[in-house]
Amino acid sequence: MSLKLFREALAGRERLPRMWRQHAMKDSYEVVIIGGGAHGLACAYYLAKDHGITDVAVVEKTYIGSGGSGRNTAIVRSNYLTPEGVRFYDASLKLYQDLACDLDFNVMLGQRGHLTLAHSDSSLITMRRRAETNRVLGVDSRLIFPEEIARLCPGLDLSDRPRYPILGALYHRPGGIIRHDAVVWGYAHQADARGVHIHQNTAATGIDVEDGKVTGVQTTEGRIKTNTVLNATAGWGAIISDMANVKLPMSTRPLQAFVTEPLKPFLNVVIVSGSLHAYVSQSDRGELVCGGSVDPYAAYSMNSSLDFLEGLAGHLLALFPCLPKVKVLRQWAGLCDMTPDYSPIMGKTPVEGFHIDLGWGTYGFKASPICGKTLAELLATGRTPELIRPFRLSRFAEHALVGEGGAASVGH
Amino acid sequence: MLLLNCPNCGPRNVSEFRFGNEYNPRPDPATTTEDAWVDYLHLRNNKLGVQKEWWHHGTGCGLWFLAERHTKTGEVLRTYLWRPDSDSGTEPEVEAKR
Repeated sequence: MSLKLFREALAGRERLPRMWRQHAMKDSYEVVIIGGGAHGLACAYYLAKDHGITDVAVVEKTYIGSGGSGRNTAIVRSNYLTPEGVRFYDASLKLYQDLACDLDFNVMLGQRGHLTLAHSDSSLITMRRRAETNRVLGVDSRLIFPEEIARLCPGLDLSDRPRYPILGALYHRPGGIIRHDAVVWGYAHQADARGVHIHQNTAATGIDVEDGKVTGVQTTEGRIKTNTVLNATAGWGAIISDMANVKLPMSTRPLQAFVTEPLKPFLNVVIVSGSLHAYVSQSDRGELVCGGSVDPYAAYSMNSSLDFLEGLAGHLLALFPCLPKVKVLRQWAGLCDMTPDYSPIMGKTPVEGFHIDLGWGTYGFKASPICGKTLAELLATGRTPELIRPFRLSRFAEHALVGEGGAASVGH
Repeated sequence: MLLLNCPNCGPRNVSEFRFGNEYNPRPDPATTTEDAWVDYLHLRNNKLGVQKEWWHHGTGCGLWFLAERHTKTGEVLRTYLWRPDSDSGTEPEVEAKR
């Protein structure tokens, strides 16, 4: 890629060829994916690559990657608490490891290690449980103590001065960060190259259902005839599902994050504290990317709040007392569709042909590749892959919830 | 900053309150069907628009009350105490001003 850039620069051309094209909307598609984020585009890509289905439209209200895919804090990991979750996220991380090669696009994956701090005996017990569950399932995770934490992350305050002193941490070596925009663009580029149509600035306005079956999608660019629809719209998922009269166990909450001015590299690992509701990593540009817990009440607004900034900055200073003079560059929010058990909802719905990929709460981005792959298999074959069976919508009626206590928004 | 009007204490900063999620009346366990119970336990309208919801004045007077709030603009249309007819949904609908 860099050689190509260099050559193009010498050739004096104004720009490289577009990574994805603009197509006229067709009257009908075999599959319509609503939502042009990492999940929707990954699904389009794997439909084309693994199953040879290229008659696919991805319908995006604004521009691709404008929702959760571009608003998360780009952390990837698989050290979850439930066996269902660990297996699933681990498969995702393995796809991420090969993604740059697969997409021929540098997604800048940096597996620098991921530390989940424990500030109390009870959270140490949870970390121990997570470490053991992970280890049984072949995920590299272990409990470490202040001496080793100090070697991995010298900036942390490991003394007993803070209100919540650090007693230990769950060290997850394969965890890290990635460039989230590159993941979206890479999937879009390769899906487009295989014939998928990406329609930006096209909002879905209705879903046609006849006799319990999907027959089409109404959009701002006209009606599309189709029998297979995937709703991959995260925070807006309930609004789209409502068009097909599917009621879901979700509540949409904003999640805020902020980024500081660039600093010299001093933080090589991802630091997460469940008790303090804070996570922080240093980007390749040197900025500290900081996130917290979801806002305290349900909303569809993506406003930033001073409450959040003050709260999170205070918690970060408790972890890193060296940061008081660092300036905040920008703050933003994304929408999280929270489920009661902190696990996603994927697969079929009571409406035939209407599939969902929702309930992604605060953990959607890291699951993009495996979501795309498994849902592509479901859309192509009609069979639900074993990996996502635990996350089916009917689990709520069957009282078979998957309580994922390892999700980022869960305090320990 | 969101201000909520506690029926007891008047307008207070939202940080004094705890959000109690959307208003979701409980069906009578003795007569309800399993589907209706699952609906009550898990399913939510998650509405974009004016939502009727519970709030708890946790660090104030401790009152649980209802609010009608627009989930996108944050505008609070009214707050009031629960009444027996709150469950039936016969109260007049209120439209958001913006």
